[in-house]
Amino acid sequence: MNGEKKPVLELQNVTTHYGPILMLQNLSVEIFPGEIVCLLGGNASGKTTTLKTILGMIVPTEGSVYLGGEKISGLNTMEIVKMGISMVPENRRLFKRMTVRENLEIGAFLRTNGKSLDEDMERVFTLFPRVKERLNQRAGTLSGGEQQMVAVGRALMADPKILLMDEPSMGLAPVLVEQTFEIIQQINEQGTTIFVVEQNANMALSIANRGYVLQTGKIVLADTAQGLLNDSMMRHAYLGEA
Amino acid sequence: MTLDHLKSSLKPGFYAGIVALFISVIGMIETFSNRDIIHGVFSISHTFLVIIALITGYFSATRAQRAGIRQHGIDRRAEVVNAIAGSLIAGFVMGLFLAVLVVVANLINLRPVFVNVTPKLIDLLTFGRPSLAGSIVPLSMFTIVSGLGGALSLFRSDIRRLIVTSLLWFAFAGLISEVIRLSLSRLGVNVARKFVTTRGLTPLGAAVMLALIFAIVYASQRLRDRQRRQPDQSSPARKRAVRFRSWGLIFVLLLVLPWVVGRVPSDVLVLVGIYVLMGFGLNIVVGKAGLLDLGYVAFFAVGAYSTAILTSADQLPNIQLSFWAALPFVIGITGLAGLLIGAPVLRMRGDYLAIVTLGFGEIARFLALSDWFSPVLGGAQGVVKIPNVVIAGIELADPEELYYLIMFFCLITLFISWRLEGSRVGRAWVAMREDEQVAESMGINTIYYKMLAFAMGAMIASLGGAVFAVKLNTVFPFSFSVNVSITVLSLIIIGGIGSIPGVLVGAFALVGLPELLREFDEYRLLLYGVAIIYMMIVRPEGLLPSVRRGRELHEDEMAQDAWGKPAEVIPVPANPELSG
Repeated sequence: MNGEKKPVLELQNVTTHYGPILMLQNLSVEIFPGEIVCLLGGNASGKTTTLKTILGMIVPTEGSVYLGGEKISGLNTMEIVKMGISMVPENRRLFKRMTVRENLEIGAFLRTNGKSLDEDMERVFTLFPRVKERLNQRAGTLSGGEQQMVAVGRALMADPKILLMDEPSMGLAPVLVEQTFEIIQQINEQGTTIFVVEQNANMALSIANRGYVLQTGKIVLADTAQGLLNDSMMRHAYLGEA
Repeated sequence: MTLDHLKSSLKPGFYAGIVALFISVIGMIETFSNRDIIHGVFSISHTFLVIIALITGYFSATRAQRAGIRQHGIDRRAEVVNAIAGSLIAGFVMGLFLAVLVVVANLINLRPVFVNVTPKLIDLLTFGRPSLAGSIVPLSMFTIVSGLGGALSLFRSDIRRLIVTSLLWFAFAGLISEVIRLSLSRLGVNVARKFVTTRGLTPLGAAVMLALIFAIVYASQRLRDRQRRQPDQSSPARKRAVRFRSWGLIFVLLLVLPWVVGRVPSDVLVLVGIYVLMGFGLNIVVGKAGLLDLGYVAFFAVGAYSTAILTSADQLPNIQLSFWAALPFVIGITGLAGLLIGAPVLRMRGDYLAIVTLGFGEIARFLALSDWFSPVLGGAQGVVKIPNVVIAGIELADPEELYYLIMFFCLITLFISWRLEGSRVGRAWVAMREDEQVAESMGINTIYYKMLAFAMGAMIASLGGAVFAVKLNTVFPFSFSVNVSITVLSLIIIGGIGSIPGVLVGAFALVGLPELLREFDEYRLLLYGVAIIYMMIVRPEGLLPSVRRGRELHEDEMAQDAWGKPAEVIPVPANPELSG
């Protein structure tokens, strides 16, 4: 979709190493405004490394990352976050001993949208009324589902152009996984572009526009969500069909 | 009825015996016998032994009670018997250790190996009957005292707390009897002599002191009880007024303190102030930013040396500033030193950081000692003739006056620490301490905030160094050993990492007391070690913990409690298509 539009986030032939170990090989990903794009792959396929590369925690050895046409690979994390990327980390990783409010405030650490903190918080509360009830509670005492809400809320506090999500389904009960994906859809409908990295291919493809499949650091498939759901190799390897 | 449960009392007695034997053999008992709590009646060493025996008695009594209940069920009379019997057994076991020491010392000369087992020690342990038969004395003595400790466990908890708190405060008053003497002697030597002597309180003074402490403790307990029963209903404005008045009172007390206690204690207060200041500084580095810095003395040294060089006429004769003109440079130079050391070091984490900073702390001292720098830093001779501080034409020469300088600096740092607590910077530090990687992905520039913490800590230490330099009017490399770093770190650990009042208490306990009681000096590191191990096991959050740290350290316990509660069910509409 949106063939003519410029991508919000683009990875061009990105190759990444951890020391001598090759992690990502010639990775190219395009994400257009308003899309939900998923990156699928099993363990150790390089999903998290891709996100770290986008956030500048790892500098690619070859290729570059562009945000809205501007090259961001080589900048440090703080500058990249400031330009409008925020992340919901794997396993949520809230600041467990800080209150929910403090967690949200940290999320807005580099806000540049000029709005007041309360306005941004209000947006989070409309998405997650539960978070408002828990505002002064320590994040570590929340249930897994609530922690997920706070983690997403924390990332949204930065008012990002694009939201990166690292395995949002991990460690959550099936009911909560569904709920989480519904929320992702809802956030997307409000205009935030989303790049989600997942093992749970079924779930991710059910909400995504397009998807990429990553295997040992290489993209082996790229198609629309529907196309991937129909692909025979996908059905065998990731969608649990015999 | 079997007596099996009384076996549980053997263990506390055994441990207490080992501790008592240890502090006797290393000479602590003899050293502290030179100072009395009550003149001629009760020395500090007796206090040590009695406290050990009381604690032993108390614990063994509660152990015996519990073991008795496990075996024979609840029976009030049996409990009393068990408590007393248990504590007597423990006391007997403890006494046995010292009795054996007396017997052995009588039979063979232990001194070639244990140089501190002197005739005087035996004399002390037997209350002046150093013969073989004298070994009965510690045996019976500790059995009885431990029995008293056991009896203490039978009181109602509020009465017990009253007794224990009063006795502890009384022991404390005895420890600082020198300060009491000096301040009373301002009222007149004859008045003072009635209550306190150079060796401790007089019996009259002890009685007055005990009565006074008892009354204060009793009143404060009643007050707290009443507050607990009916919480304060007064308006916020009134509450604020009350709080304002109590802070005002504390402030006034602090202002007049040096004139009440006199010169020598004021001198100690200045030293305590310097450590309080450094405690605040290191608290920012360790407590808030979570960077374990073992080389904090380096910044103290840079502060002291730069003050010395900039103000002394001897070094760099063309530069001779007043203290106040030099101060901005001192702070700036030390801040720069902080950044300079921080830049390479702060990329390391945890243990590595600790070791590298330890190295830098030592390097600072060696640089000061080196011949290469000696034209500027004075080498082993140090820098001398540092002029006193002058404020508005008044020269701060006496410790009573210098006290205000250090207090001024302490208040400024206190204010900074307090303001940092809820600030954006403070939040970034907490986030960084909790999860550095996620903090970074939230856009917190971790290197910047680490450097900021390091530089701020350094600048605060430089204030301490500056006061140290003008206090002694000289600066020598030997003052800046690793012990300074260890003391500052210990005092914030014991007071409670991240806690502001904890720093005050820690500094008084670790710097003030050993200064007032020179006897402590020899055993300083031993006592630090014991105190830190005890704190780490029993109260990892410190004596006066900060709210957040207390939270962090008891997190695991709470998480365990949370398992007991039923999980919440979040209703979600069924969506069959999605479960594919």
